[in-house]
Amino acid sequence: MAEAVFAVSAVIILAGAVGVVASRNPVHAALFLVQTLVGVAVLFVLNDAHFLAAVQVVVYAGAIVILFLFVIMLLGVDKAEELRIEPIFGQRPLAAVVGAALVAVLGTVVITGADVLTGLRRAGGDRALDGDATDIERMGRVLFSDFAFAVEITAALLTVAVVGAVVLTRRASRSDVAASGEA
Amino acid sequence: MDLAGLSTGWYLALSVALFAIGGVGLLVRRNPLVMFMCVELMLNAVNVAFVALGAGLNDVGGQVAVFFVLVVAATEVVIGLALVVAINRRRSGATADDISLLKG
Repeated sequence: MAEAVFAVSAVIILAGAVGVVASRNPVHAALFLVQTLVGVAVLFVLNDAHFLAAVQVVVYAGAIVILFLFVIMLLGVDKAEELRIEPIFGQRPLAAVVGAALVAVLGTVVITGADVLTGLRRAGGDRALDGDATDIERMGRVLFSDFAFAVEITAALLTVAVVGAVVLTRRASRSDVAASGEA
Repeated sequence: MDLAGLSTGWYLALSVALFAIGGVGLLVRRNPLVMFMCVELMLNAVNVAFVALGAGLNDVGGQVAVFFVLVVAATEVVIGLALVVAINRRRSGATADDISLLKG
């Protein structure tokens, strides 16, 4: 059963990924991205990460892709891009070579290292996944004990991002322009 | 983990494929928005690897790492799209090649 679910969602994920890269219209690319993200959420459920699956759908497929679509519509760049012309000579073949090299290197790491990586079993304790606690309970415990400082830094990061987005997209008002002209 | 014989290696193989597709897309596409989507593909490949390895090692740390990746991805998209909007206000329809000099 698990193998069948994995196989189906792997096909969905990879098809969506190829769709993002190959579709000429940015709106279609965004919708293919949703397909990939939902497939990844299914894999999270398969690994008993139910909370992450929900967050993946809500934050990624909900918020982030909607933000993409908003910007596409706002800028009016939803016209199809001409994919046949190559602005830089030899870029596509070089990209294919780099992609093949990436697969080769990472594949070697996985093949040679997977046994070592998956052979290191943790003793258990708070962070073990096979206890009675639900996944959200375990994550909450670990986040607010071992990773408490990282959570605080994350809060600061989110604040910086919000302020940065406002500053970047704000139009300079007339009074600001006048003030900078006088100075 | 070993959910009925499904090993972590398969998840890592899928992760590698997804990461490579995202990387090639980032190199090939010219539209900054689609390039951002390819970055999201690469981040998701890493998330798959994190969750699978966390399950394989019986450690919730993998899921916690994915949580932080999600937050950073959200901030990255917010700032990146704000930059795209700011650049397009100055010159509409700009591709990654048009702004390669990094000046207006």
